[in-house]
Amino acid sequence: MQERTAVAKTAERESPYAVEMRDISKGWPGVVANDHVNLAVRKGEIHALVGENGAGKTTLMNILYGLIRPDSGEILINGQRTHIGGPRDAIRLGIGMVHQHFMLIPPLTVAENIVLGHEPGNVASVYEGKKARQLILELSRQYGLPIDPDMRVDKLSVGLQQRVEILKVLYRAADILIMDEPTGVLTPQETFELFGVLRGLVANGKTIIFITHKLREVLELSDTITVLRRGKNAGSLVTKETNQAEIARMMVGREVLLRVNKTPAHPGPVVLHVEDLHAQSDRGLQILNGVSFDVHAGEILGIAGVEGNGQTELVEVLTGMRHATSGKMTLTQIADGNQGKTSDITLMNAREERRIGLAHIPEDRRGSGLVLTDSIEDNLILGRQRWPQFSRGGFVLLLRNIAAWAKKLIQEFDVRTTSAEAPVRSLSGGNQQKIIIAREFSSNPMALIAAQPTRGVDIGAIEFIHRRLIEQRDAGKAVLLVSAELDEIRSLSDRIAVMYEGKIVDIVGEDATEEQLGILMTGGHL
Amino acid sequence: MFLQVLFRVLPSSDLWQASLQFAALLLLPALGGVISERSGVVNIAMEGMMLTGAYAGVIIALFTHSLLIGVLGAMICGGLMALVHAIISINFHADQIVSGIAINIAALGLTNFLLFVQTGGQGIPSLSDALRLPILSFGPLTNIPFLGAVLFHQNVVFYLAILILLGIHFLLFRTNIGLRIRAVGEHPHAADTAGVNVHLVRYSCVVSSGLLSGLAGAYLSMGIAGIFNSNMTAGIGFIALAAMIFGKWSPWGTAGACLVFGLGEALSTRLQDSGFSPNLLATLPYLLTLIALVGLVGRTTPPAADGVPYEPGTE
Repeated sequence: MQERTAVAKTAERESPYAVEMRDISKGWPGVVANDHVNLAVRKGEIHALVGENGAGKTTLMNILYGLIRPDSGEILINGQRTHIGGPRDAIRLGIGMVHQHFMLIPPLTVAENIVLGHEPGNVASVYEGKKARQLILELSRQYGLPIDPDMRVDKLSVGLQQRVEILKVLYRAADILIMDEPTGVLTPQETFELFGVLRGLVANGKTIIFITHKLREVLELSDTITVLRRGKNAGSLVTKETNQAEIARMMVGREVLLRVNKTPAHPGPVVLHVEDLHAQSDRGLQILNGVSFDVHAGEILGIAGVEGNGQTELVEVLTGMRHATSGKMTLTQIADGNQGKTSDITLMNAREERRIGLAHIPEDRRGSGLVLTDSIEDNLILGRQRWPQFSRGGFVLLLRNIAAWAKKLIQEFDVRTTSAEAPVRSLSGGNQQKIIIAREFSSNPMALIAAQPTRGVDIGAIEFIHRRLIEQRDAGKAVLLVSAELDEIRSLSDRIAVMYEGKIVDIVGEDATEEQLGILMTGGHL
Repeated sequence: MFLQVLFRVLPSSDLWQASLQFAALLLLPALGGVISERSGVVNIAMEGMMLTGAYAGVIIALFTHSLLIGVLGAMICGGLMALVHAIISINFHADQIVSGIAINIAALGLTNFLLFVQTGGQGIPSLSDALRLPILSFGPLTNIPFLGAVLFHQNVVFYLAILILLGIHFLLFRTNIGLRIRAVGEHPHAADTAGVNVHLVRYSCVVSSGLLSGLAGAYLSMGIAGIFNSNMTAGIGFIALAAMIFGKWSPWGTAGACLVFGLGEALSTRLQDSGFSPNLLATLPYLLTLIALVGLVGRTTPPAADGVPYEPGTE
């Protein structure tokens, strides 16, 4: 520790940069993640590293943190050329990283998670729980990040878990903080708080590298910007002198429509009817308290609300993944604008619901949307493997048909992959989501339930997904959109239902303002 | 008839003395399993490591005429088998079950082969008393009725096993090293980013499990039996594995499970004149294992990353 400050002090006069990465390249067989990338971060600034998913942002930061060895290039920390062979080296150099997927050990306490690897006393000594708690409380007071050191980490909310991650980095006396997509899992309120914390850290002399693809955040928080596109530098910007459109163009390499072009809806008859739905959460608590709404053919009904107010469970009940304790749901077939057969779907399981025309884009892409280790082909017929064109007698797969089908969808939905037989795991988040969307849209459903359809997806893909959802609406489908992104709800929905504590508080038109929605989202009335 | 014998046998100090002896024999490899799996490496090779230790201990003791070198040799040879398992599963990311099975089979083949080469099928001589692990005597304490025989008339390794049990519990839950071991077993990637050397922790834990199993092997051949026979462990390592699961990967829980299985084993040999089929009785410890796993334990949760190889830079 002393050694580091000494080195840092002499270098401080020489270099204005906390981090310089020069000519970094890193590839895996078939992929070039970083192609001669340069990054220069000044001391005491918030530097945004932006780019679409798969642009190489995380790879570059994993190299800086020592998790990945670069093929070539050099790294300078505070003007000193260094070799970072592993996280231990990075920590010694004062670099800390808050990962996108938290690096916390669920059954351990907050204190244990924070001190792990750098426990008070030496390695071989007894764990000094009291000392650890005291150090953490000091740190949490110093930076204004209150936390209970004795809580088990798996009992904390996502926002608090992130706080533990930040404290972990501060505990290791990091001067350079890498934040990898820190707002992806946060509510708007938590994001607001986080930005306050980050500004406070910079005021305390820390340097922050902030990875994101959310342009609003880039403009709101950062001082300077480095844009990556497909593993290469696409440009460097000073935040004050740029705007969303310019950053988006650099990220994607072409003009991007940040707002969706949408014509007025022409709603038809009711397709999805939900009446007084009640359900319980996994913990046995009442989570839905009488939800009622209708979704018409040819409209998008958006469900807004702070996460955790029952949206997840509502989607699960609608799609046959959770049982309603009471209430009723029906799905009506529409043909040529005329009402057809109405089926009660309250007690149906997911397979039966799919069969009668309900498609579902699940909120948890990796957990329930895809089988990550299976091929793109297999994932594209998931749940449809009994269709006559894919299997003989629902038993023997017709591989040639499946391959042809996959090829067609990959093209139609612009999935970027080298092979249809590649495991879905190898795709970027945006392309994984396209697989789900391709599968769900291609079944020609009556109603479509899209839960967080653009979560963790890059701008180019967001634009694509939004356009597709509107297309489905215009084709006369009933679309239910559940999203934590208020912008998304507002730009896509024809009507907006606001959910609060397991109920729909109100259903408003698409012209509702953000303030009005905000009031409803916290349980107020207009 | 059966119950009569059972009630005659149950209060006898002989039964409990044997139960504890067998429990200690199970406890050492089971604790080895606990420490290995807590660090995230599935270890089903305790059987093979024990057998290796049992063989090596006797041979080395006979050659060097030293009890101590024999025991240390048994531990080191057990540790070497574990090292093989560590290299295969940690460096080469191989399936840890397959590696464990391979080691068990290899240990059986290797000891049989060496036994044959050395003696031409004659069998090795039994150890002289000087080369056997002694039974400790605690003077007047030994004369306490019942307890004296049960607790104070045991092999030296029995007392060692208790100390090791306390030591491992302390290590896992009261020290910085223990915190790191648990972290590595739950989420190696997180531990790595926090600055913990995942490979070093896992290597140390797997090798420790070999040292403990080797010691158990020496206890069996150099203590209890005084001789080495082909395949003399006969599944003890696997019962230890069950004890570890029954004990939910915790040292004290495992010790409790070892007591249950120890009692089962001791009972099965002592109920033979109860008119019950001796073959059926011999299944008692295994039956207890099954009942324990299904009925008493319910769902058990191993460490989250147990059996998952760690590759840095991947998710």
